[in-house]
Amino acid sequence: MSTVTAPERADAAPAEEQVLARISYRTPVMYALAGLVTLFVFAVGTDPDASTTFQLASGSSWFTIPNFGVPSLVGALLLAAAQLAAAGWAYVLLRSRRGVPVWLHLLVGVAFVVSFLVWAGAGRTSVIPVTSLLAGALALSVPLIFGAMSGVICERSGVINIAIEGQLLFGAFVAAAIASQFASGYAGLAAAPFAGAAVGALLAWFAVSFRVNQIIVGVVLNTLVIGLTGFLFSTLMADDPGSWNARQPLGVIRIPVLSEIPVLGPVLFQQTILVYIMYVLVAVLQFMLFRSRWGLRTRAVGEHPKAADTVGIKVNTRRVWNVVLGGAVAGLGGAFFTVGSGLAFGREMSAGQGYIALAAMILGKWNPRLAVLAALLFGFSKNLGNVLSTIGSGVPSELLLMLPYIITIFAVAGFVGRVRPPAANGTAYTKD
Amino acid sequence: MSDPSVTPPVTSPSAEDGPRRSQLSDDLMRRVLGGNVMISVLAVVLALVIGGFLIAFADEEVREAATYFFSRPADLLSAAWQAVSEAYVALFRGAIFDWQAATFVGQVRPLTESVVFAVPLVLAGLGIAVGFRAGLFNIGAQGQIILGAIFASYIGFAWDLPVGLHLLLAVLGGAVGGAVWGAIPGGLKARFGANEVIVTIMLNYIAVYLISYILKQPVFNPGRSGQRSPNVADSATYPLLIPDWLVPGNNFRLHWGVVVALLATVFVWWLLERSTIGFELRAAGANPHAARTAGMSVGRTIFITMVIAGGLAGLAGTAQVLGTEGALTAGVAASYGFDAITVALLGRSRPLGTLVAGLLFGALKAGGFLMQSLTQTPIDIVLVVQSVIVLLIAAPPLVRAVFRVPDPTKPRRRSGATRTKEVAA
Amino acid sequence: MKLELRGITKVFGSLVANDHIDLVVEPGEIHALLGENGAGKSTLMNVLYGLYDPDDGEILLDDRPVTFTGPGDAVAAGIGMVHQHFMLVPVFTVAESVALGYEPTGRAGVLDLDRARRRVAEISERFGFHVDPDALVEDLPVGVQQRVEIIKALSRDAQVLILDEPTAVLTPQETDELISIMGELKEVGTSIVFITHKLREVRAIADRITVIRRGKVVGEARPTSSETELASMMVGRSVSLSVVKTPADPGASAFQVKDLTVLSPTGTPVVDRVNLDVRAGEILCVAGVQGNGQTELAEAILGLHEAAAGSIVLDGQDLRGKGVRERLRAGIGFVPEDRSTDGAIASFTIAENLVLDLYDTPEFARGVTMSPAKVQANAEQLTQEFDVRLTDVRDPISTLSGGNAQKVVLARELSRPLSLLVASQPTRGLDVGSIEFVHQRVVAERDKGTPVIIVSTELDEVIALADRVAVMYRGRVVGVVDAAQAGGVDRDVLGLMMAGVPYEEATAQAAEHQSTLAMADQGHLPHEEQP
Repeated sequence: MSTVTAPERADAAPAEEQVLARISYRTPVMYALAGLVTLFVFAVGTDPDASTTFQLASGSSWFTIPNFGVPSLVGALLLAAAQLAAAGWAYVLLRSRRGVPVWLHLLVGVAFVVSFLVWAGAGRTSVIPVTSLLAGALALSVPLIFGAMSGVICERSGVINIAIEGQLLFGAFVAAAIASQFASGYAGLAAAPFAGAAVGALLAWFAVSFRVNQIIVGVVLNTLVIGLTGFLFSTLMADDPGSWNARQPLGVIRIPVLSEIPVLGPVLFQQTILVYIMYVLVAVLQFMLFRSRWGLRTRAVGEHPKAADTVGIKVNTRRVWNVVLGGAVAGLGGAFFTVGSGLAFGREMSAGQGYIALAAMILGKWNPRLAVLAALLFGFSKNLGNVLSTIGSGVPSELLLMLPYIITIFAVAGFVGRVRPPAANGTAYTKD
Repeated sequence: MSDPSVTPPVTSPSAEDGPRRSQLSDDLMRRVLGGNVMISVLAVVLALVIGGFLIAFADEEVREAATYFFSRPADLLSAAWQAVSEAYVALFRGAIFDWQAATFVGQVRPLTESVVFAVPLVLAGLGIAVGFRAGLFNIGAQGQIILGAIFASYIGFAWDLPVGLHLLLAVLGGAVGGAVWGAIPGGLKARFGANEVIVTIMLNYIAVYLISYILKQPVFNPGRSGQRSPNVADSATYPLLIPDWLVPGNNFRLHWGVVVALLATVFVWWLLERSTIGFELRAAGANPHAARTAGMSVGRTIFITMVIAGGLAGLAGTAQVLGTEGALTAGVAASYGFDAITVALLGRSRPLGTLVAGLLFGALKAGGFLMQSLTQTPIDIVLVVQSVIVLLIAAPPLVRAVFRVPDPTKPRRRSGATRTKEVAA
Repeated sequence: MKLELRGITKVFGSLVANDHIDLVVEPGEIHALLGENGAGKSTLMNVLYGLYDPDDGEILLDDRPVTFTGPGDAVAAGIGMVHQHFMLVPVFTVAESVALGYEPTGRAGVLDLDRARRRVAEISERFGFHVDPDALVEDLPVGVQQRVEIIKALSRDAQVLILDEPTAVLTPQETDELISIMGELKEVGTSIVFITHKLREVRAIADRITVIRRGKVVGEARPTSSETELASMMVGRSVSLSVVKTPADPGASAFQVKDLTVLSPTGTPVVDRVNLDVRAGEILCVAGVQGNGQTELAEAILGLHEAAAGSIVLDGQDLRGKGVRERLRAGIGFVPEDRSTDGAIASFTIAENLVLDLYDTPEFARGVTMSPAKVQANAEQLTQEFDVRLTDVRDPISTLSGGNAQKVVLARELSRPLSLLVASQPTRGLDVGSIEFVHQRVVAERDKGTPVIIVSTELDEVIALADRVAVMYRGRVVGVVDAAQAGGVDRDVLGLMMAGVPYEEATAQAAEHQSTLAMADQGHLPHEEQP
C-alpha cells in the first residue's frame, strides 16, 4: 500500500519488547491436511491384509528389479506419520522464525502421492508401473516446461505471456506442416521456433508498441491461433494430408551408458532430441538469468524499467526481443505435440497446456528451476490420472484428472498467494 | 494486472441526466465521429478483409490460378474474388437475411438464429464485462456456464413443479450454479490474494471434467448413453418468443432467453451506473487504494463482483439447456465462455456495447455455419475475424494508421493538468 | 567539463515546461538550480540526461554541441544523474545495481560480478561511503541508497553530476554528509548541478544559483543573496507564509494514541510504541524526515494498517478492530499523503470523487440505488464553496490541476462533521495560492473545535501551522514541542530532533551551534525567523 521504504533498523528495540509480525502457519496446516487425508482416507480405507505391487524395471536395463509388494496399510500409516512429522517440524521451524526448505515441500508431496498410489493399488492384481508412470509424466511435462520457460523469459522482462497456448499450438502446426513438406521431423523441429516467435512478435507489437493490456492481447492471440490453425487444418491440410500433415516422428536417441540406468535411464535418457534440448535450455536459462548481462538487464527491465532506462538500456527493445525469444521457446515446445510425439496435427491439440505452463511458471515463482519442478508435478498428476484409469482404481478418472488443477488452485491460494512477481510485470513502459 | 487499458472506465454520457442536453449531444457526436464507434466499424471492415485473404489463400482454385499468376494475373484475381464473395455472401445469408428462401419467414430466420447464438454470448459477455470494470480478469466464464447448465438442467428435468415456478427456479438455479463457480476465485482473491486469471482457468478445466463425470452418473444418465441428460421438462423450458399461433409455420428457435439477456443488460447498466455496489465495483477496479482509503472493502467488492459475473455466465448456461439444447450435454458451453471474452472486449465492458458486440458475434457464428455448408469455408474463419477485430479495437492508432484517419480526440484532450505532476521539479 | 544549455524548450501538450532556458555550468562548480515545485527543473535535467527530447535548443559540452538520443549517450558523454526517486532495482545487490548497463563481462556475456564488486569497494573507499557491495538495495537506508546512486554515476566517470532534490529524503545529518561529499567531488573537478527548492541549502553550498520560475530562467544569484531575495525571485511575488491564525484555544483531550505499534510487511516495526494526545481545537503537527513512520501512523489512525499493539481512542471510543469505514463514519476526516493514488480516482468524475466515502449514505442513495442528481448538486455546491476551478463537475478529476484536485479531496473530507482531521502532506506539490487556501481551511477547522493532526516533512509548514509539534524518528516520537512555550518552535531544535536527538539535548546543541552550518531542512518559502 505505502511505497515508503522503511529504513532497515540498525538500533531496533531489544528483542524481548519488540512487537513481532504474526507468523503464518499455512504450510504446516497444509502438510497436516495431507497427512490426515493419508491417515483417514487412504489408511482407513485400506484392507489390512492387502498389499500394493510396484513394478520398477522394464526389460532393457542391465539388471532387472523384480516387482515388489508393499503391505498397503503399513505403508499408508508410515507415510501418514512422515507427513504429520513434517508438519510438526515445519511448525517448529516457523515458530522460531525460520523458513521451510523447498525440499520439504517436495518430500511431503512425494509422500502424499506414494500413499495415494499405495491406496489406489491396494489389493489389486495389476501392478503400479513406476517406470512408465515417470516416463509418461516427463513426456506430458515437455510442452509444459518449454511453455513455462517461455513465460519466465517474457515475464522476467515485464510482459505477461498468456499467449503461450497460442505459441505452443502454432509451433505444433508449423512443425507438422514443414516436417511433411520436407519429409523430415527435424525440418519441422527447426521451423517450430519461428512459428512461436511470430506469435510472440504479434504479442510484443500490440503489448509493447501499442501498449494494449497484455492479458487481453494474450487471450485474443490464443483465439486467433486456434482459428487460424483450425481453418488451415480443415482446408490446406485436409485437402492434401500427404504433403501437409503426414506423421514425421523424431527418432529416439539413446544416450549410451546413461540410458541403461534402471528406472532413470529409460525415463530420462531414451528420448528425442527435443527432450535433450529441453535439458540444456533449462540449465542455460537458469544460469543466464542470474549470471549474465542479458539476465541482469532482463530482470532490471522487469523490476524497474525506469531505472534500466536511465542507464541506457532500451526497455521496450529488450522486452520485444525477450517476448520474441520466449515465443520461439514455446514454439519449439509446441513441436512436441506433432513431430515430438510422432503424431499428425489435430485441431486445438495443445488443449490448454499453455495455460497450465503459465500456472507452472507462477508456482515456480518465475524461477526456471522451480518452474520445471512445478511442470513435472502437473505432468505427473496428469499421467497418474491416465495410468490409474487404465489399470482401474476405485477413483473416477475425471476426479483424478481434476487433481492437478485443484492442486494449482490450492497452491496459488496457499503457497504462492504472496509471492512477488517481477514488479513491473504487466505494465507497459513509456518515458513520459 | 489491474485496469484493462482498452476499457478505461469513463462514465458514459448516459450516466448523467443533468440539464445540459446540448452538451450531451455534442459529446455524443464527438464520440461517434472521432472515437470508438468509428474505430469499431473500421476494425470490423479490416478484419473481414484479412479474413478474405485467408479464404482466398485456402481456396484450391485460387491456389491453382496462382501458379500461373504471371501469365494470367486476372485469373487469380477473379478466382479470389469469387471465393471470397461467395463465402461472405453465404455468411450474410446465414446471419441476417436469406433472400433465396421461399417464404418471408424463411428469409428472416437467419436473423433469429443470430439472436439465438447471441443470447449466451451476451449473458456471459456481461459477466466478463462486470469483472473487467472491477479490474478482474475473469477467464472463467466457460466453467461458470457449465456449472449454470448443470444446476439448471438438473432442476429442469429432476424436479416436478408448476408451470412458471419451475422455469423461474431453473433459471435461478443456473444463476446460482454460475455464481458458485465465480465465488471460488472471488473468495480466494479477496481472502488470499490468489491470482484470478490462474484460478478461473483452472476452474474451467475442473468444470469440464466435472460435467463429463456427472454425465456418467445414473441421475443424469439413465439411458447410459453417456452424452446427454434427460430432456428438461416443458414447464422448465424457455417458451418460444414467436409462437406458432403468432406467425404460423415458423421454425424459429428464438426463445425467452432473449428477454433474459435484455433484462440482464438493463440490470448490468443499473448495477454499474446507478447502484452503490457498482460504484464500489468501479472504484475497486479503477483505483483500489483510493477505494480502500474511502472506506470501501475491496475484498468484499471483488467477491460480490465475481458472484455477479458468475451468475450472469450461469444464465448463459440456462439459455443453452433450458432453451436451445433442451438438455445437458458435454459440449453445452461450446466455446461461448471464451468467445464472451472477445464480446466483452469489443463492447468495451459497457452493457450496451456488450449487447451489440454479442449480436455481431452471434451473427458471425450463425452465418459461419451456412458459409461452412455452402462454400466449404471452415467456420474457424469466424474465430480469426473475431480475434482480429478485438486486437484492432484495442489498438486504435493501428486502425487509424491503416485508414489514415486523424486522431480527433487529440486536440480535445486537456493534457496540461495531468502533465503538471510529471514535470514537477 | 563545461556544460552549456542554450534555449532549451520542452512542451507537454499545452504546458510549456521549459521555455528557452539558458544555463552554463563551469568545470568544478556547484551550480544550484532553484525553483518551486513544478517550475520545470526536473524536466530540464531530464532533457540534459537524454530522457526527454527537447523541442528546441541545444546542449554543449566543452563548447561542442551534442545530441543525446537516450541516457546512454548522456552517460557516455560524462553526465551522471542522481534522481529524486532513486533509480535502483530493489531486489539487486549494490554491485549489480552499479554494474547495470555497463556490466563487466567475461566470455559469452557472463557477468564478472567480482570486478563490479571491486569497483564499488574502490569508489566507496575513496570517498568514505561505507557501502557493502553485496547488500541488497531494498535493505539499505535511503541515505545509503543515495550513495549507491552517486557511486553509480562516478563509476561511469561522470564529469557533470546532476543531483535532483537530493536532500528531500535525508536527515539533517545525512544532508551534512552529502554536502561534504559534494565538496570532495568538487575538489577532484566534478561539476555538480544541484536541484532544490530549499533556500538554506543553496546558500550553504552553491557557487552559483540559477532561479527558474514557470519554465523560464528568471535570473542568476550569488549565494550571498539573502533568503528573502532568493525567495521572491523563485515565487515571483513577495509572500508571507505566516498563516493568519489566532492562538489555539484547546479544549479537553479528544484523541489519544497509546503505545501504537505498526509492522511493515517484513515484520519490522515502522511505528514503534507511539503515544499522542490531541486536544479539541488544536493542530498537532507530526514532523520528521520522509520515511520515519509518519505515513504509517496516519494510515493506522484511519485503519489502513493493522495495529500490532497499542490502541487508538477517539472521544473515549476505542477504535481497535474497527474498519476504515467505521472510523470515517466515527468522524475522522483523512487527507492522504498521495493524492493521486489514495485520495482520488483519476477516471471518476469530480462529482463522484466528492462522494467517494458517502456514496451509500441516505444523503446520496436510497437503499442500493444512488441518486445522481443529489451527487451532482452536492458537487456543484462544494466546488463553489471551495473555489475549485473547473468546467464541469462531470469531467474526470484527472482534468484538474494538482491544487484544484487537492481542493476536491479537502472539500470531500471537510464536508461532513468531523471529530478528528488527519492530513498528510496536505500541500505537497501545490502552488502558493493553493497552499494558502489549504492552510486557511485547516485552521478554520481547528477553530471549529476539531482536533487536527497534520503530517508534514516541510518545516515551514510545521512551524506555520502547528500548535504543538511531535517529531518522529525511526518510528518513534522523539519529543513533543509546544509552540506556545517560551521561545516557541525553534527550527534548529526541530532539525536536530528529526535526526533523533531528544528535546533537551537538541535545545542545548542548537544554542551552541546557532551560527554553524545549517542543520535544518528548510522549506521553499520565505519565512520570518522566530523573534
